[in-house]
Amino acid sequence: MNTPSFSRRNFLKVTASAAGGLMVGFSLPTALQAAMGEAGEINAWLTIDPDNIVSIVTPQTEMGQGAWTAIPMMIAEELDVPWENVRSVRADANRHVNNADLYTTTSTGGSTTVSRRHPYMMQAGASARERLRVAASKRWDVPLEKVVAKQGYLTAEHEEHGVMQGTYGEFAADAVAVTLEAEPAIKAYGDWWLLGKDVKRLDVSSKTNGTAVYPIDVTVEGMVYAAVQACPVPEGKLVSFDFEAVKGMPGVIAAVELTQVKDVPAFTDLRSAVAIVAESWFQAKNALAVMPIVWDFGRGATISFESQTAEALSLLAAPGTVLKDEDGNVGKGLDKGVNHDAVPDLIAASAKLVTGEVYSRPFEAHATMMPPCAVADVKADRVDVWTFTQDIGRSLNEVADQLGRDTKAVFLHQTQLGGGFGGGYNMDVHRQAAAISAAVGKPVKVIRSREEDIAQDSQRPPVWGTYKAALGEDGLPVALLTHFVGEEKMPAFAQRGVANMPYLIPNRRHENSFVQNHIPIGYHRAPGANSNGFIVEQMVDELALAGGWDPLEWRLKLTEGMEPWQRVLLAMKAKSGWTTDMGDGEGMGLAVVESHGTIAGCVATVSVTRRGQVFVDRLQYFINSGYVINPLNAREQAESSAVWELGHAMFGGLQIRDGRIVNTNFDSYPLMRMPDTPPEIEVNLEMSEDQWWGGLGEPTGPPTPPAVANAIFYATGTRVRSTPLSKAEL
Amino acid sequence: MAITLNINGQDHMIDADPQMPLLWAIREKAGLSGTKFGCGIAQCGACTVIVDGNAVRSCNTPLASAVGKAIRTIEGVSVNNDHPVQLAWQELTVPQCGYCQSGQIMSAVALLEKSPNPSDNEIDKAMAGNICRCGTYPRIRAAIHRAAEMSKT
Repeated sequence: MNTPSFSRRNFLKVTASAAGGLMVGFSLPTALQAAMGEAGEINAWLTIDPDNIVSIVTPQTEMGQGAWTAIPMMIAEELDVPWENVRSVRADANRHVNNADLYTTTSTGGSTTVSRRHPYMMQAGASARERLRVAASKRWDVPLEKVVAKQGYLTAEHEEHGVMQGTYGEFAADAVAVTLEAEPAIKAYGDWWLLGKDVKRLDVSSKTNGTAVYPIDVTVEGMVYAAVQACPVPEGKLVSFDFEAVKGMPGVIAAVELTQVKDVPAFTDLRSAVAIVAESWFQAKNALAVMPIVWDFGRGATISFESQTAEALSLLAAPGTVLKDEDGNVGKGLDKGVNHDAVPDLIAASAKLVTGEVYSRPFEAHATMMPPCAVADVKADRVDVWTFTQDIGRSLNEVADQLGRDTKAVFLHQTQLGGGFGGGYNMDVHRQAAAISAAVGKPVKVIRSREEDIAQDSQRPPVWGTYKAALGEDGLPVALLTHFVGEEKMPAFAQRGVANMPYLIPNRRHENSFVQNHIPIGYHRAPGANSNGFIVEQMVDELALAGGWDPLEWRLKLTEGMEPWQRVLLAMKAKSGWTTDMGDGEGMGLAVVESHGTIAGCVATVSVTRRGQVFVDRLQYFINSGYVINPLNAREQAESSAVWELGHAMFGGLQIRDGRIVNTNFDSYPLMRMPDTPPEIEVNLEMSEDQWWGGLGEPTGPPTPPAVANAIFYATGTRVRSTPLSKAEL
Repeated sequence: MAITLNINGQDHMIDADPQMPLLWAIREKAGLSGTKFGCGIAQCGACTVIVDGNAVRSCNTPLASAVGKAIRTIEGVSVNNDHPVQLAWQELTVPQCGYCQSGQIMSAVALLEKSPNPSDNEIDKAMAGNICRCGTYPRIRAAIHRAAEMSKT
């Protein structure tokens, strides 16, 4: 016999509405809980305990972007449970890796946590909700269609007993055993009760009292500390070091040589390096600083940014190659029937030719506020690791690879990250910690000094670009030829935001060339688009002005019929107070770039002093990502990406001499500080809401530098074609 | 060498080199991990603590110079995470990755203790030593004003 059960909270309400007769089988809450046993894991994504607290698992990393809140939101939406009952808990990387990627992926990048992952995450919530309904229908012996799951309660009208109600927690154990005949469909936009509302990120308060835990905060019994140095010229190798010279220094325990696992410069391999292990990190760092080390600098030893620039300029003087994307298309913009083969002839025969000069952006580091750090505790039968990673599964596999261990014996624990921005992918700090712990037989915490961080980071690559365009009678381009030079290891970065620019120019050809480069390369918040947008969107202003068009009207004209772009551009026109004529020393500039499936427009207002100092007074953003599940978090990310990229554009730029990065701390690699930040950053969400989803962790970066540079042009008449903008002569 | 440090009103006996930066004594010896390492050269402010009422960068402050002084870290700002600065930070969802925020909060607390109702210019000046790569500056600025307002009532 199925026994109706009740929660204490709902007892009065239910008896009142059911007019008696419901006392049959009533259980006291304590007895009820005892009968139900432990918390029920409905599926790998969530657990509901007897108190109706729902714990939702996050496979993705939290680095300030809100993953540990967004994932529970998406699942709670479908489960239909009060937000205050939701707890955000960490996925077990070991379980993920050893169960055929249980959570699909643990990778956290490309602004994909919501945009790409929402279908299966919401499905996990919907599936759990349906299983709870089936469990209630069985226990109460009512048809499934009569069972309603809402806000943590299951309710049904029973023919004899009247209204039945119970919490999800009371049915969790039953639901574990339920198999669904078919998976339910996830909700469509408009049916949401939680998504689309402002929700504060769940971890904010842990970040106002110092209790949030980052890898650098993890302590293991008996732990020692290591400072590391890899070859200052990337790809170079350690020849020798003299530990005898420093072994008597206070606290020093050992020196450990770190060698590449594979003899090729792989992105995530251990690099040739040496570590000093000591009782405190300060002691390790001091000893490492004075230990004599001999390096073989390798092929990069003569390379500088200037030598790479000279190579790029010579490549730009000759035709490049037309690259194809993964599907064999010659760039997204060129699959609309436009002819890239006709471009060289059209340019050669043009009566109204516009020839662009060379633009460039330099290398930039991630310089996350937490320098890369990892703790490893390597034991005979088990390995525990806490590390700086944007992909716990991948890093677990790398540790297993480093140590030659079975992945089943490796446990990689998710912590907060002190920033990521793409820096947590091509990262070998956990390999270093694992190798050192294995060598000294103790748990080890590796902390990179800031200098070592910037010297060894997987940098955002530089780009150099130029263009030629043939204009027609109406002043609009008939043919466009671009040539972008990237670096050889990640050629795709030289295309993003270029080949897929939206503008309806009947003949387009996008060529590429590549410079030799030994500096490690990585993803860097809106990779490719972040640098290329600076070039493309200034080119657009040059073309518009050459053809006698207003830059905003030009963009509107050449995206006609493209609703997501028109929505953004029309909002800019309606709300920004757009003008190219603000008067002497002041200027307004705009740019619009798509990245991660999101179109982001920026209108920048600047003032330039008589001495040529640039102040960014105001930044306005107009963003279309299709949908937004948490407008508050969307605004936070829009502000964040904007300040991030403005910092590189105004002040950044890595200098390379003799193959090594020479500005490796914040004194020589200046970034955005509060006094430099515009007093006003306005974010307008202009959503299409028509079945496509873009990401929001990165897209306001790319349009920011070109909007500012365009504004500088309207303020001064000078076009700035490289960054940092603060060094431009105005 | 045994050194006594007064951190958040409590004496800690610390066995360390007097030249060791205060940061590492706080983190590794006193076990208070809220204060962060960012650059080691007093350029980023992640390590900011308050010593005798002044915001200082603990990463290049020798241990010896803090003896006999009142050292305050993020753990000493309040017991229940409810100092006006903390409340304002929560209300305006200031922290993103959060790593720099202990230092930001300590700089803000020191500022407000000296200037309870700071102007934007004063805020910019007092906070210029604290880098935030997540770019939370506009929210920090607003939250300092909010904390000033909350402190009045």
